[in-house]
Amino acid sequence: MNGPLLEVSDLKVVYKTYEGTVAAVNGLDFSLHRGKTRGLVGESGAGKTTTALSILGLVPSPPGVIESGRIVFDGRDLLSLPEREMKKIRGNRISMIFQDPMTSLNPVVTVGVQISEALVAHQNLSEAAAEKRAMEMLEKVQIPGARFKEYPHEFSGGMRQRVVIAMALACNPALIIADEPTTALDVTIQAQVLELMRSLKDEFSTAMIMITHDLGVVGEVCDHIAVMYAGRIVETGTLEQLFRSAKHPYTTGLFRCIPDIEEETSLIQPIEGLMPEPLDLPKGCAFHPRCPRCMDVCRTTLPPASEENGHRVLCHLYAGGGAHA
Amino acid sequence: MNSERQSIVTLSAADGKTREKRRSPWWEVWRRLRRNKAALVGMTVVVLLVVVAVLAPVLAPYDPNQTNMTQRLKAPSSAHPLGTDNFGRDMLSRVIYGSRISLYVGFVAVGIGAIFGGILGAICGYYGGRLDNFIMRCMDVLLAIPQIILAIAIVGALGTSLLNLMIAVGISQLPRYARVVRASALTVRGQEFVEAAKAVGASDARIIVENILPNCMAPIIVQSTLGVAQAILSAAALSFLGLGIQPPTAEWGSMLSSGRQFLRQAPYLTFFPGLAISIVVLALNIFGDGLRDSLDPKLRQ
Amino acid sequence: MLRYFFKRLMFLIPVLFGVSILIFSIVHLAPGDPAEVMLGPAATQEDIANLREQLGLTKPLYVQYGIFLGNALKGDLGRSIKSNAPVMEEIMERFPATLTLALLGMTFAIVIGLPLGIIAALKQNTWVDALCSFLALVGFSIPNFWIALMLMLLLSIYIPILPSSGFDSWKNLIMPTIVLGIQTMAVIARMTRSSMLEVIRQDYVRTAKAKGISDRLVLTRHILSNVMIPVVTIAGLYFGHQLGGVVITETVFSIPGLGRLIVDAIRAQDYPVVQGGVLFFALCVGIVNLLVDLLYAVLDPRIKAQYRAAK
Repeated sequence: MNGPLLEVSDLKVVYKTYEGTVAAVNGLDFSLHRGKTRGLVGESGAGKTTTALSILGLVPSPPGVIESGRIVFDGRDLLSLPEREMKKIRGNRISMIFQDPMTSLNPVVTVGVQISEALVAHQNLSEAAAEKRAMEMLEKVQIPGARFKEYPHEFSGGMRQRVVIAMALACNPALIIADEPTTALDVTIQAQVLELMRSLKDEFSTAMIMITHDLGVVGEVCDHIAVMYAGRIVETGTLEQLFRSAKHPYTTGLFRCIPDIEEETSLIQPIEGLMPEPLDLPKGCAFHPRCPRCMDVCRTTLPPASEENGHRVLCHLYAGGGAHA
Repeated sequence: MNSERQSIVTLSAADGKTREKRRSPWWEVWRRLRRNKAALVGMTVVVLLVVVAVLAPVLAPYDPNQTNMTQRLKAPSSAHPLGTDNFGRDMLSRVIYGSRISLYVGFVAVGIGAIFGGILGAICGYYGGRLDNFIMRCMDVLLAIPQIILAIAIVGALGTSLLNLMIAVGISQLPRYARVVRASALTVRGQEFVEAAKAVGASDARIIVENILPNCMAPIIVQSTLGVAQAILSAAALSFLGLGIQPPTAEWGSMLSSGRQFLRQAPYLTFFPGLAISIVVLALNIFGDGLRDSLDPKLRQ
Repeated sequence: MLRYFFKRLMFLIPVLFGVSILIFSIVHLAPGDPAEVMLGPAATQEDIANLREQLGLTKPLYVQYGIFLGNALKGDLGRSIKSNAPVMEEIMERFPATLTLALLGMTFAIVIGLPLGIIAALKQNTWVDALCSFLALVGFSIPNFWIALMLMLLLSIYIPILPSSGFDSWKNLIMPTIVLGIQTMAVIARMTRSSMLEVIRQDYVRTAKAKGISDRLVLTRHILSNVMIPVVTIAGLYFGHQLGGVVITETVFSIPGLGRLIVDAIRAQDYPVVQGGVLFFALCVGIVNLLVDLLYAVLDPRIKAQYRAAK
C-alpha cells in the first residue's frame, strides 16, 4: 500500500493513419500517489487525452496502437490485463470525466440509469438498490434526487457535468481522470464545478489526474504537475516547483500567457507559432522551432532529462545540471 | 470567379493536413474518386454500357426485330449466345438494343425531373415565403403517392408511349430534386456573394443561375446518378406491367414480361434481360455512392 | 401527446385534398371516354350521350370534382365502370391481402436488414462489412419483378416446394414477402450501418465504455437506441415506397390485392377505381408517416419533450 497508486512508464501510443504513423504519446513517465492530484498540462494535441484513454484501455483501435510501456495501477500492469479484467476496473476503480457534458451523456437514456448502470455492473446491486444509490449520488452533486428519471436534455450544461461527476464517483473509485472537465462550461459555472470536484475528491479520498490547458485550474486543485508537449512530458514537479521556478522555456511561456493582476504590465505574451504537425515532428527537441532560447544542439538531439528534488525537466539548457535560468 | 470560390470550398472541406496546390474542384473530386475502387468499377461498367448502347448496330449479331419461325425458343448456343425468343428473335441482339432504351429513358426522365424539380427548388429556396410553402406542399402531395403508382396513373392517363413513360417517371422523381436544390439554395441565399450580386443589381434569374445553381451541382449530380438507376428500374417495371414500352420494341422490362409465359421452357428469356437491368442499376448505384463520398465527404447521410 | 397526434392528423388533410385534386385531374386527362368504355364498341352515339348525361360527365370539371370530393368525404368513391360495384367495397375486399403483404414485407426487411447493417458497422472495413454492404446494394439494385421470377423459377419449378401463385396458405406468402421487402431491407441495412458508424464515434458511447459495463449493454442501451432513430425515419419513408411494390408483387404472384386492382383498372380505363385506389394508397402512406412520427417520440425523449411543449 505504500507504492504509488499509478505508475506510468515509457508509454508510447501511435495512431496509424493513411498519411503515416503519428506518435501521440512518446515515452511518457509519471506517477501518482493515493489521494493526490496530478495535473497534466499542455495545448490540444499534446497527447493528454490519449494518455487518459490508455490508462482506461480505451484508445480507439484502429487506428491507435499502444507500442510500449507499462501502466501499473495498484500493483497490476493494466496493459497486460485481459479485456475482461479491464472491464472490472473501468468505472469501478478508475473512472473518467469527459470534457463536454453536452455530448458525453446519452440523450435517450435517463440520467438515473446512466449513473446506476456502473453500480449494477460492478457492485452487484439490484436495480432498485442501484437506483437508490444513484439518487444519493445526484444529491451529492447538488441535484435533487427526484430528477433521476429525467433525460440529459432537461439539464443545463453545468448540471450535466455534475451528473457526469456523479457517474464517475458512483462506485467510489481510487482514481478519477478528469479530461478538461470545466472547459466547455461558462466561467461562473466552472468555479462551482471545480469546487464541487475538490470537495468530493476530499470526501471520497480519490486520486485524480486533471487534464487541462488552464493553469488556473491547475493552481486550484493539483499537487503535482506534468507539462506535456508533442507527446512528451517536458517538465514535471510539484505545484510549488513549477509555479515558483519553472525551467523549461515552454512552461515559462505558458505561465506568461496568464494575465497577472498584480503586475502593472498586464500584457499577455503568447508563445509564438503553433504546435508542430504530429506527422511531421521537428528533429531534436520538438519545441525548438518555437523556443526563444533555442541552441544548435536543440535542432539535432533529443534533450536528456535532468532532475533536482523531483523537479524534472527535458531541456538542453539544464543538461548535466547546468546553468539555472 | 465561381469556380475559384468552389475550389476554396472543396479544399477547406478536404483534409486540413493535405496541403495540395489549389486546383480545379473537379480535379479534387477525381483525386478522391480514384481512391475508391468500387466507384471506379461502377463507372467503368456505366461507360461500357453507354458504349454498347451507342454501338448497338455494330455489336448486335442480328437485327433485334428479325423474326425467324424456324428458330423459336432455342436455348443459348454458339449461333445465339443468349438463345432466341418465341418469335425466333436473337436475344443477345435484343438485350444489346435494350440498353439503348433503358439508358435513354433513364437519362431523359432524370433530365425532366432534375430540370423542373431543380427550378422549383431554386425558386423555393431563393424566394422563400408563401410561394416556397405552396410549392413544397405540392411536392408533399406528389410524395404522398408511392412513386410507381403515381407513374402508373400518369401513364394510364397519357397513354403508353416512350415519351409518356419518361414524363411519368420524371414527374414521380421531381420532389427529390426540388428538395435537394431548395436545401442548397437556402444555405446560399443569405451569403455575402448573393447579397453582393443583388447590390450590383443582378436580376433574380441571373443570381439563381450564376450563384445558386453552381452551388447545388454536387448534390444534384449525386441525386441524378442514383436517380437514373431508379428511373431505369421504374421504367422497366412499368414496361413489365405492360404500361410502358410496348412489344415488339426491344426493351428489357417488356422482354421480361413476354418471356414470363415461357419461364418453364425457356428461363433464359427472363434471366438475361433481368440480369442486364440489375447490372446497369447496380453499377449506377455504386458509382453514385462513390461520387457522393468524393464530391463532399460531409454529404454522407 | 394525444393532442399532438390530432394536430398531425390535421396536417394530413391538405395533403389528401391535394392528392384528390391531382388524381382527379390525371384521370380526367385520359383520352378514353368512360361512357364509351362502359357500353363497348357496339353502342350508338345516342346511348353514349345518354350515359354521359347520367354519369354527370357533361357537367363542368370543377362541378364533377366537387361531387367526387363530397361523396369521397362520405366514404363513397363511386362505382366501378367494369363491375358496377361500389369502389369502396372493392378496395376493402382487396385491402387485407395488401396489408398482410406490406406488414410481412416490412418485418422481413427489419429482421434481415437491421442485423446486416449492425454487423457491417461492427466489422467496418473488413470483408464482412464489404460483403454485407454489397448485399445491401444488390438488394437495392435488382428489379423486384426479376427477383420474383427467379425465385419462382428456383422454388416453384426447379425445386418445387412453393406455389407460384394464389393466396391460400402461408406457403403462398413466402416469395411475395421476400420480393416486397428486399428493397426496404437493403435501405434499412445501409441506413443502420451509416447510423451505427456515426453513433459509435459519439462521446456518450465512450462514456458508457468507460463505465466498464458489458459490451452487450453498450450496444443495446447506448448504441442501438440512438441508431434506431434515423433508421425508423427511413424505414417509415420507405414503407410508402414499398407499398407501391405491391403492384408488381401482386401481379406476378396473382394475389388479389389493391395493387392489382389499380393496374387492372388502368388497363380497363376504369377511372373511378383508379381514383379511389390511388387516394386510398395516399391515405395509407399518410397514416404510416403519422405512426412513424409517434414512434419517434417513443424512441427520442427530446422529441417527446417538444410534443409536450406543443400541448
